[in-house]
Amino acid sequence: MKLSLEDIQQLRERYAALASTRRGHGKAHDHVDLLVCAGTGCVSNHSLKIKAALSAEIEKRDLQERVRVVTTGCNGFCANGPIVVVKPDDIFYQLLAEEDIPELVEEHFVKGTPVKRLMYRPDKGEQPIARMNDIPFFGKQQLIALANRGLVDPEKIEEYIALDGYRGLVKVLSEMSPEQVIEEIKASGLRGRGGAGFPTGKKWEFCRSAPGQPRYIICNADEGDPGAFMDRSIVESDPHALLEGMLIGAYAIGASEGFIYIRAEYPLALERLTRALEQAREYGLLGEGILGTSFSFDISVSKGAGAFVCGEETSLIASLEGRLPEPRVRPPYPAQSGYRGKPTNINNVETWANVPRIITRGSDWFSSIGTDASKGTKVFSLVGKVNNTGLVEVPMGITMREIVFDIGGGIPDGRRFKAVQTGGPSGGCIPESLLDTPVDYESLVQAGSIMGSGGMIVMDERNCMVEVARYFIGFTQEESCGKCSPCREGTWHMLNILENITRGEGREGDIELLEQLGRHIKETALCGLGKTAPNPVLTTIRYFRDEYEAHIREKRCPAGVCKALIAYRIDAEKCTGCTACATNCPVACISGQRKQTHVIDQQRCIKCGMCYSVCNFDAVRID
Amino acid sequence: MEEAGTEKHQATDASTIAATVAATVEGYRSGKSSLIAVMQDISQEYGYLPEEVIKEVSKQIEVPISIFYSLATFYSSFRLEPIGRKHICVCVGTACHVRGASQIVDTLQRDLQLAPGETSKDGNYTLETVNCVGACALGPLVTVNGEYYGKMDQKKISRLVKSIRREIDENQ
Repeated sequence: MKLSLEDIQQLRERYAALASTRRGHGKAHDHVDLLVCAGTGCVSNHSLKIKAALSAEIEKRDLQERVRVVTTGCNGFCANGPIVVVKPDDIFYQLLAEEDIPELVEEHFVKGTPVKRLMYRPDKGEQPIARMNDIPFFGKQQLIALANRGLVDPEKIEEYIALDGYRGLVKVLSEMSPEQVIEEIKASGLRGRGGAGFPTGKKWEFCRSAPGQPRYIICNADEGDPGAFMDRSIVESDPHALLEGMLIGAYAIGASEGFIYIRAEYPLALERLTRALEQAREYGLLGEGILGTSFSFDISVSKGAGAFVCGEETSLIASLEGRLPEPRVRPPYPAQSGYRGKPTNINNVETWANVPRIITRGSDWFSSIGTDASKGTKVFSLVGKVNNTGLVEVPMGITMREIVFDIGGGIPDGRRFKAVQTGGPSGGCIPESLLDTPVDYESLVQAGSIMGSGGMIVMDERNCMVEVARYFIGFTQEESCGKCSPCREGTWHMLNILENITRGEGREGDIELLEQLGRHIKETALCGLGKTAPNPVLTTIRYFRDEYEAHIREKRCPAGVCKALIAYRIDAEKCTGCTACATNCPVACISGQRKQTHVIDQQRCIKCGMCYSVCNFDAVRID
Repeated sequence: MEEAGTEKHQATDASTIAATVAATVEGYRSGKSSLIAVMQDISQEYGYLPEEVIKEVSKQIEVPISIFYSLATFYSSFRLEPIGRKHICVCVGTACHVRGASQIVDTLQRDLQLAPGETSKDGNYTLETVNCVGACALGPLVTVNGEYYGKMDQKKISRLVKSIRREIDENQ
């Protein structure tokens, strides 16, 4: 059924009750929605079994008229999945197991007493927090790109429409000229969320005013940074926000064809995206004569084949055209000569998802959030050695400390914070002394890192910064396309030097050589991949030089990570002779009788760390 | 070569190959899909890019086979050899890495006697690493035939290998 501009509004009114329940406005006894998180994280934790159990228990008690079970996209608090949120009262249940469900349904929905045992507790012994937004992890967040996260069923377009979806599209089609749309995006101050931070409105304007027809728009959903899953989550939880953003962009730029280039490693996102496209076409939101107007636009999906360099615009276009994804010199920019030599505009998923909200709520509202030069919010995947791992959206200008400690809940196991890595393989490591750095494009560059697409990996005292630098340069070296020699040869040399250092074969002068190589690669590489590849090495040298020196001069790895420089030993005072280490040692190099101190044969030890991980008495030491 | 990926098509019969390829390259001929999309379809069909199938594609659409080789070896998702019955993939994204993914890789290498990228001679196991599957909160993470196993440590991964072995043994 193809809708018109008016039909969308009527459809929204028909679903007004659903919208008010989800927004927490309804009365709890009228109607309850159980929002079961079905993002990749929670699904891996068997949230679909929780959903089935909930439905079964609700039916058993004949509550299905009043209590609905809804699957949503990623809630964000991945560390505590499986998660169920009860709307409208906003009660948050976490770490659910199938056995918990009969009690949960009986107590909460029959007797009306929410189950405290299944709620979030800041610490053992502390009172549980019932409402989702009272949990510190959620409290400091501000949602724009993720406005619908965990609130709608991503496979039902009606739910998106109910919660103001496609309102932005209706607005541009009925009251705005393409130029006005571009002006509005420019006024909002929105900058690209994929890494470089180029002003989005300006980019659109370049493409619109470039000679040549047809024009194309592309969504880069080939989220290549390891340790980042912002775009996956947006596509999984709110695919229509991306489609609406692209529709508005296509109208502004004058494009009639668009592409979404998505990672093949994201099967769930791909499935939901495909479903969303089908529904949008069915409703007349894509195709010829959209919503009864003269505007036509359609989107096709291209699966990425696994090449990090495709994050670079010209490579991505080459890949879409079926060629080797080697970047080329710019200018000409894709806005002038992109897909098939025509004007092309590329934005990433998060950038597109911001667009409908800016149009609906206005550029003044959007630009009131954030800092002078960085407006709005940014989504980060907060991961690594942090208690509350998950997806967070925060206003620009918030400090790293607030993200890691207030939202992230600090470092697990009482360990010490060491660094936070932003910007993926193109970014850098920010040390404790700079934790009060505001998160905005310019401040992060000043600290030697970049905003990047939003990976934020927390590291503690047990992470070796030299080894982390080796990891990243190993990654870029592997992913370097090989077209330009600074990147191809330079990263290879940097990797060699770093491997030597972590093997205990570092020499005096290695640090200076790394710095020199890094500077040259940054200045001379062809594309963004090479130009930023040395960042993880340069920042770790800048802030953790002492760790490099310890590896080179003292042949010591202070964090106890680099295999060649460590030895596992058993502390005679702490060893209880439980035999766990000896039983699990894969090379049987640990000897000792039950209830007597065990000993590791250093000659035969392969330093796999098994004994360390299985010891319950902290008796295995890393020297 | 032992047969592998049992549910997938076997690339043996020349006329079957020709028919499958003809259907697959239809979109390419009409300009609706790219060479990469054709290769992805072939991979989907056979589990890898069998030489005889690629030769047939090359013949039908008149694109030199060297282009296919160049694309197949550039992109990490293409493979030129069949995959094992159990495809074990360790996520080595940054979040998994800082939580000890390399120890998981080491343990699997030791238990399976395979280096990442290799398939066992009996066609039972393929060990691989992947840059990131985007389930960072569950790291270190391993997928087996697409199913996720999160919060791995050396002990858990050894146990997982044992259960996979048992499953393989029971089916043989």
